[in-house]
Amino acid sequence: MGEVVLRLEGITKNFGALKANENVSLNLEKGEVLALLGENGAGKTTLMNILFGQYTADSGRVEVFGKTLPPGMARAALDAGVGMVHQHFTLAHNLSVLENVILGTSSLWSWKLQYKQARQQLLELANRYHLKINPDAKVSALSVGERQRVEILKALFRQAKILILDEPTAVLTPQETESLFKTLTEATEQGLSIIFISHKLHEVMKIAQKVAILRHGKLIATKETRETSPNELAALMVGNPIRPPAVTERDSGPVVMELLNVSTESQHHSKGLKNVSMRLCSGEIVGLAGVSGNGQTSIADLVAGLITPSQGKLHLDGKPIDQWSPRQSVLSGIARIPEDRHHAGTIADFSLTENSIIERYRDQPFARHGWVNWQAAEGFTQELIRQYDVRCPGPDTRIRLLSGGNMQKLILGRVLQNDPRVILAHQPSRGLDIGAVHYVHKKLLEARQKGATILLISEDLDEILQLSDIIHVASAGRVSPPFQRGKVTPTELGGWMSGAAFAKQETLHAP
Amino acid sequence: MRLEAIPNPSLSRRFLPPILALIATVFVASFLAMVAGGNPFAVLGLIIKGAVGSKFALLETLNRATPLIFTGLAVAVAFRAKLWNIGAEAQLYSGAIVAVLMGTGALAWSSPALIPAMIICSMSAGALLLLIPTLLKTRLGVDEVVTTLLLNFIFLLLVSLLLEGPLKDPMGMGWPKSARLLAEARLPRIVDGLRLHWGFGIALIAAFVIWIVNTKTTFGYAMRAVGYNAEAARYAGMPVNLIMMQTALLSGGLAALAGFSEVAGLKGTLTLDLSPGFGYSGIIVAMLALLHPLGVVVAALFVAGVFVGADSMSRAAGVPTYLADIMLATALLLMVVAVLLTKFRIMRD
Repeated sequence: MGEVVLRLEGITKNFGALKANENVSLNLEKGEVLALLGENGAGKTTLMNILFGQYTADSGRVEVFGKTLPPGMARAALDAGVGMVHQHFTLAHNLSVLENVILGTSSLWSWKLQYKQARQQLLELANRYHLKINPDAKVSALSVGERQRVEILKALFRQAKILILDEPTAVLTPQETESLFKTLTEATEQGLSIIFISHKLHEVMKIAQKVAILRHGKLIATKETRETSPNELAALMVGNPIRPPAVTERDSGPVVMELLNVSTESQHHSKGLKNVSMRLCSGEIVGLAGVSGNGQTSIADLVAGLITPSQGKLHLDGKPIDQWSPRQSVLSGIARIPEDRHHAGTIADFSLTENSIIERYRDQPFARHGWVNWQAAEGFTQELIRQYDVRCPGPDTRIRLLSGGNMQKLILGRVLQNDPRVILAHQPSRGLDIGAVHYVHKKLLEARQKGATILLISEDLDEILQLSDIIHVASAGRVSPPFQRGKVTPTELGGWMSGAAFAKQETLHAP
Repeated sequence: MRLEAIPNPSLSRRFLPPILALIATVFVASFLAMVAGGNPFAVLGLIIKGAVGSKFALLETLNRATPLIFTGLAVAVAFRAKLWNIGAEAQLYSGAIVAVLMGTGALAWSSPALIPAMIICSMSAGALLLLIPTLLKTRLGVDEVVTTLLLNFIFLLLVSLLLEGPLKDPMGMGWPKSARLLAEARLPRIVDGLRLHWGFGIALIAAFVIWIVNTKTTFGYAMRAVGYNAEAARYAGMPVNLIMMQTALLSGGLAALAGFSEVAGLKGTLTLDLSPGFGYSGIIVAMLALLHPLGVVVAALFVAGVFVGADSMSRAAGVPTYLADIMLATALLLMVVAVLLTKFRIMRD
């Protein structure tokens, strides 16, 4: 047994009536990766926030390298060598990588003097852990994976001996995840200890030596990864064995929505589309795969009514659409599950009730002659909370207090409640735990069974392959031809993702 | 020392800090009064007496609160939608100008026709005045803080120009002031014999109406949605720019009512010192009220009471009226902290 670097003892934290953590005790040994596994709201993040001094535990003790940390002092945790990489990054976008890394590490007077030395140190660290980064790049110009690297470097720069990563892979592409894992392995070999918070079982199995499973705030079990299996972990995590929803065979219906040679202007945050054609039929799930930033956002924005084609046409029920706006999209019966549920999907300071009527606040039964019918709105919300199992204190709760999974359930409920004809699901399961992912998939399959047309945009190839009847691949603003379920291999799809297959296609069609 | 969010603040947690803030303000004011050579108890007593100690004092406070309620509401409505209207002063003067243009003999109507017409036209003037910066904001991305602020100075100069020129009272013996409003154009008193005009009544009604609009109507819901998160509002299909413009019309109209009510209710004439910065004080009022329309009434009464009370105290105790400004500034700062404390608790390390 190695040296214990971190010890949590009997941590208990209540938020009102909610028991976020109940008597949780954990040990982390030197050079080990400990995975903290649990569903949304199981108390993983709360526990780490207590360790990191952002919350104060009601009772219990945090011990780092044999010394008890004073409760509720992030500074003390930092000084003791604990570094945390949050799920939502804490970087200043308008500063360079170097500036972000040294931010807050030295007093303002000595700023200039430390620059050169800090750069040296940063480059050394980057070299040692194979975290390739340009110290002078502006953070705003970096990809998500690169930003995460900066966050890790920030922690290492502060001499972290214990690294906490909160759902680090939630925002990464498979390749980026791969390279992150390499870095983490490297880091543990050099004596760092890591707590890896996740709900992705195969990742946990791959990277961690030990897994601690939390459920409803309680520590359920601690397992060695070599002595357990993903199935056992899943069962421990949700309390009873779960199976992914089964996909039944189904014939597609008529064409509902069609993109005909559509091109769009490139927006500041997304690539424009180049001559894209897609056909969405009733009763089928069309999956759009691809690495993020290849035009998926433009297709989603197009269907959601945020942008219009600069060339080509969008057809609905065989008729070309002339007037197109978010409002028109809602009125046409399109259910929109946005990629960014925090910014586009919900208003953080609004209550659940106010959030559930956001698309329909002007329509019956929620409005009459300009007056909001709050009674109807609250009834509707109660119904959503019940039917979609949204865990919350009540409909008056501000939605910012909900976990990501519960927020997504409310959004799902809000748009699925009236049996929509078309469903735009943009990264519907990103950042959710297994239970919530299966729930989202189940609801999408139910809608498909009822004859809805579903456009599923996801960077998770497994998700696309599991659910889609038809698969397209987006690359550099272009979209591949459709592939039937089971008639295409992941390798072939990979060829389209990288763009190589597009080039081949063009030479084939050249005169 | 650091802050920790409280998910569900209790009732005492929500109301105690603001009350403590007011008490702390009184302490700061006492200390300063002492430094200025006065007896703090006497000074505070005189301020309170001067604000509410007699029928005359109370009416004076209510009169002073009237324009503050209007400008406070104007700012609260705009700020709630994240439209940073710093130009309530200019909108106030636009309302006053319209009141003078219509009320000094141009229209030979009777009161029941003339006064509503003046209200509508004043409000329209203020509304249109704020629409210009709002259009510049939504169309061209011009910062409305700058444009609305600058319009204040432009309008003060415009009023000066008008009072030296076309609107100058021919019987004014050379003073830069407008002709007096006709009796038909004046707001009647609420109770005969008491120096309190209907402007105050209209202000209370306005606050109530805005409260209803905010909480019960789809427009109020949309305004709040746009203010909290314009991106989500746009995604959900709300006409964000239109809502922004409607908010501007409402806000500008409310601020203009302050000018109308000062001219038609209190002064009867337009001068360059019609407003001692009511437009700016409106920002303090709105912030003290946490942008709540009914809170605006309370905050306006408080601010007006401090001003009126300090005036009277200054005459009796010889402590400068600047004490009023300091008290309000202290109250505002402490209130901001107090609001923080209703949502967060301080943790000691």
